[in-house]
Amino acid sequence: MAAIDTLMDLAGKAERELDANVAEVDRILHICNACRYCESFCAVFPAMTRRLDFNVADAHYLANLCHNCSACLYACQYAPPHEFGVNVPKALAQVRRDTYIEYAFPRVFGELYRCNGLTVAMAVSLGVAAFLIATILIKGSLFVPGLEGEFYAIFPHNTLALVFGAASLFSVVALAIGVTRFWRQVSEPGKPVAMPAAVGEAAKSALTLQYLGGGHGDGCNNKDDAFTLWRRRFHHFTFYGFMLCFASTSVATLYHYLFGLEAPYPIFSLPVILGTLGGIGLLIGPAGLFWLNMRRNPLQMDDRQKTMDRGFIALLFFISLTGLALLAWRDSPAMPLLLAIHLGFVMGLFVTLPYGKFAHGIFRCAALLKHAIEKRRPNPVQAGAD
Amino acid sequence: MVDVLIVGGGNAALCAALMAREAGASVLMLEASPKDWRGGNSQHTRNLRCMHDAPQDVLVEAYPEEEYWQDLLKVTGGETNEPLARLVIRASSNCRDWMRRHGVRFQPPLSGALHVARTNAFFMGGGKALVNAYYRSAEALGVKVRYETPVTEMLLDGDRFVGVVTEAGERITAKACVLAAGGFESNREWLREAWGRNDRGEWPADNFLIRGTRFNQGVLLKAMMKAGADMIGDPSQGHCVAIDARAPLYDGGICTRIDCVSLGVVVNREGERFYDEGEDFWPKRYAIWGRLVAQQPDQIAYSIIDRKVVGRFMPPVFPGVVADSLPELAAKLELPVETFMETLDGYNAACQPGTFNHTVLDDCMTEGVAPAKTHWAQKIDTAPFYAYALRPGITFTYLSLKVDDTAAVRFADKPSPNLFVAGEMMAGNVLGKGYTAGVGMSIGTAFGRIAGTGAAAAARAAHTIGRH
Repeated sequence: MAAIDTLMDLAGKAERELDANVAEVDRILHICNACRYCESFCAVFPAMTRRLDFNVADAHYLANLCHNCSACLYACQYAPPHEFGVNVPKALAQVRRDTYIEYAFPRVFGELYRCNGLTVAMAVSLGVAAFLIATILIKGSLFVPGLEGEFYAIFPHNTLALVFGAASLFSVVALAIGVTRFWRQVSEPGKPVAMPAAVGEAAKSALTLQYLGGGHGDGCNNKDDAFTLWRRRFHHFTFYGFMLCFASTSVATLYHYLFGLEAPYPIFSLPVILGTLGGIGLLIGPAGLFWLNMRRNPLQMDDRQKTMDRGFIALLFFISLTGLALLAWRDSPAMPLLLAIHLGFVMGLFVTLPYGKFAHGIFRCAALLKHAIEKRRPNPVQAGAD
Repeated sequence: MVDVLIVGGGNAALCAALMAREAGASVLMLEASPKDWRGGNSQHTRNLRCMHDAPQDVLVEAYPEEEYWQDLLKVTGGETNEPLARLVIRASSNCRDWMRRHGVRFQPPLSGALHVARTNAFFMGGGKALVNAYYRSAEALGVKVRYETPVTEMLLDGDRFVGVVTEAGERITAKACVLAAGGFESNREWLREAWGRNDRGEWPADNFLIRGTRFNQGVLLKAMMKAGADMIGDPSQGHCVAIDARAPLYDGGICTRIDCVSLGVVVNREGERFYDEGEDFWPKRYAIWGRLVAQQPDQIAYSIIDRKVVGRFMPPVFPGVVADSLPELAAKLELPVETFMETLDGYNAACQPGTFNHTVLDDCMTEGVAPAKTHWAQKIDTAPFYAYALRPGITFTYLSLKVDDTAAVRFADKPSPNLFVAGEMMAGNVLGKGYTAGVGMSIGTAFGRIAGTGAAAAARAAHTIGRH
């Protein structure tokens, strides 16, 4: 009984926390709506001016539209220590985390967001790696010379394809269901708009990270009121690095099934070039983001998310590092060990993908699309003209 | 010894510091507030009124010198100084590239501010973003800044500046000095004295709210008055607007505005109307309503609207008092219900048919009621009804040190060789009374830059004399 009471208590506490986070967004945005000095920084404030009150759906939408550039915090005449205590980036960051939990699939797994941090990411990855190493050991093929990069001698291709295919398929489905739930919650029916234009605008905002530019293009804030473009640049390294690695895997899959060409591929083959370039991006980007994250003003962030941010950053970095190491020493006896460690990190990413920082990209794109659609409709609040 | 000492830390002080430093002087700034509160009232500003003869980036059409001057003449009722006003106007036309070089960014007019799209250039992120940019630039150029260093005493040798004494008792000397430490609006004692006692036996200033910083105590204005500097302006004049009565005593800033005044009626504590609420667009009238409310009993008034206009004005920061009937609203506001209903019934009966449009000066007006309402006069008859209590909110005072176009402080009509003044401490030379949006920043920027240049030249001259 005591255990059930404790659980109920915890559930109640979590519920009240969600309500409190949304209520704080509502309180703050009432102040912002009466001020509006920050309108040109990003999309959040123009979206705010279309509303007079902010319900749960509004808070969820605006939270994911916010890129946490924090220009509005440093510009704010009502920021702490002012008694109004306006801190938009922090209030929205807190709700943002709540949305990941709320819309996760399956719903109970959403709770993983509360604990999916650096430790979980590392533990899962190293656990998988250890399991794979043990498997190889049992087979007696660890440190066997003369494999010459024959990955599939260690793990048969079909085994890998099946295991990793299943894991990534699950991640994709879980994220798709999550973002669909989010979309249903935040979208209201309205006048039809020119969808290609809206999609184009949202895609451009996402691919250029327009809203990490601070509105003026000088960049966003990290440590203090000075602007920096490095957060945007490191995101670009990370995202495009990831996409190049994805392209590398896709090309390799085509090679394998369409042309019967099996790994390992030569250094100057398309999969290796794409993977290497992507891998370099995934070293520079995450390392830079980690460096910025360490220096970020705590006022700008939701403290509880730090470990989730860093867990994701670390996974990407180590996937890339172990991947490049595998490439460098694929002809050496260390190959099976390196392969196991690399696969461990890749699996760690896939498994935590729908319950970690990766989701921010998906939810942000959805919010950008909603913004691109709603701005094409007439503003229901006509306070603007005077 | 430092070349130029700047006393103050807002827009005018920063403009002076940057110009003096650019002219090669070593510069020390003394800001009274802690770093978190730096920038004085500039942190609450949002735009600069700019003359321009053709469209310019964020500014549309043209706003020629003559029109700007006429606007200023109108709001001040002639209590201005034409040569100084024109100097400010011309300076506003060519200062923005310099501002941009120091990191200030401009944005298109904010929603709800389209009426000034032609005349005012908005700072991206508002005045605090501008202040932050200037501080970053100043520090990068080597300007030294000391926070939490209020100055309490001026050291003068006749009309020559020698140094200052800080609150901590430290004596700081410099070759030249710019005073840009704001008006005395945060000093409630002085406000009380300036506004005096009215016929009802009230001290009206006791009910004023201060829209900006708590650090503008007027210490240096007083010190300079005592030292015999030439002064100008009436201490009871200032930029005073009607704001939400629930605003904090200091630093309520822009968001405490109540923008529904022109769309409803305003009654005083007796439940009576006292002025034409629809005379003009609210942004063109807010600057007279502070004084109007200050003249009412208890210095309070209530803006009353109904359901029909909700969403047609900038949303207020605090929720209104709501009621399903007008008598209930009066009761909730603790107003005399009978008089209140007489006022409202009389007003409603006087509303003439017209086409309501809050975006233009429409044809909805009253007939046969005093005071008349000349635009946006609609019957207040659709529940729920809302009320917002209004108080006078003082932005800044106009009592000033008298200057000419050199920004030098004057004693017996002679300029000091090395003491200059800028910003609110001299804005009264241009603004004898009244206000129009963004002109405070135009004055601060123009005279801040002049004072900084002048102080750097004075320091150089002192240096040359010192060497011989």
